[in-house]
Amino acid sequence: MIHASIVHTPIDTAEVLSRVGAPEDGAVLLFLGTVRNHADGQSVDGMTYESYERMAGPVLTEIAHEAAEKLGTDRVAVVHRVGQLAIGEVSVAIAVSSPHRAQAYDASRYVIEEIKKRLPVWKREHYSAGHSEWVEGVKPLPKRTATVGEATR
Amino acid sequence: MSVQALFFAAYRDLLGTSSLDVDLPEGATVADLVRELRSRGAPYDALPHEPAVAVNRAYALHSEQLAPGDEVAFIPPVAGG
Repeated sequence: MIHASIVHTPIDTAEVLSRVGAPEDGAVLLFLGTVRNHADGQSVDGMTYESYERMAGPVLTEIAHEAAEKLGTDRVAVVHRVGQLAIGEVSVAIAVSSPHRAQAYDASRYVIEEIKKRLPVWKREHYSAGHSEWVEGVKPLPKRTATVGEATR
Repeated sequence: MSVQALFFAAYRDLLGTSSLDVDLPEGATVADLVRELRSRGAPYDALPHEPAVAVNRAYALHSEQLAPGDEVAFIPPVAGG
């Protein structure tokens, strides 16, 4: 079953992993994105994530479905957390499974790359020096453009 | 007609508001909305000429025509993950 959600509480990674896997699968993959303690040479204490939640949920679901198509199974689970996160905490968890590893790696990579391109989520880095800044992001493209890309696959 | 403009993250900080009702002529496009806001002077003129926008929660082109009550979100460059 395909699962995608935006959450405000710590991600239970074991629970995300438990959503995938089947007797016919030989590859189960869990990717975790975590908050690191440095950025561009500056020491970082934590991160605040914000989302346009009513849009981010549907976009994440759409990404998960696209990944499932690549994967050839419906075993994709992705959870993105928003709010205040400390160093080392998990901001995103992606679990996929498939009969063979190549498809699993491709699908997992696809989900994180698409999140970075078009999920309406922003993060503010809190530096140890005391100040904080929005992390420079990527300008998302209108869906029509994305659809053209999809059609040429 | 009236549409609702939403601002997130850096754009909200810039404007000091997360939501604004904007009156536009019938048939106005996303580009018209951006122009209307930017013409208000500081701090609105600091918005980009062509920000990413979502109309009713789907990314849209600036040529897209708006309808009364549309929700138009100004989406700063995204940084999820």
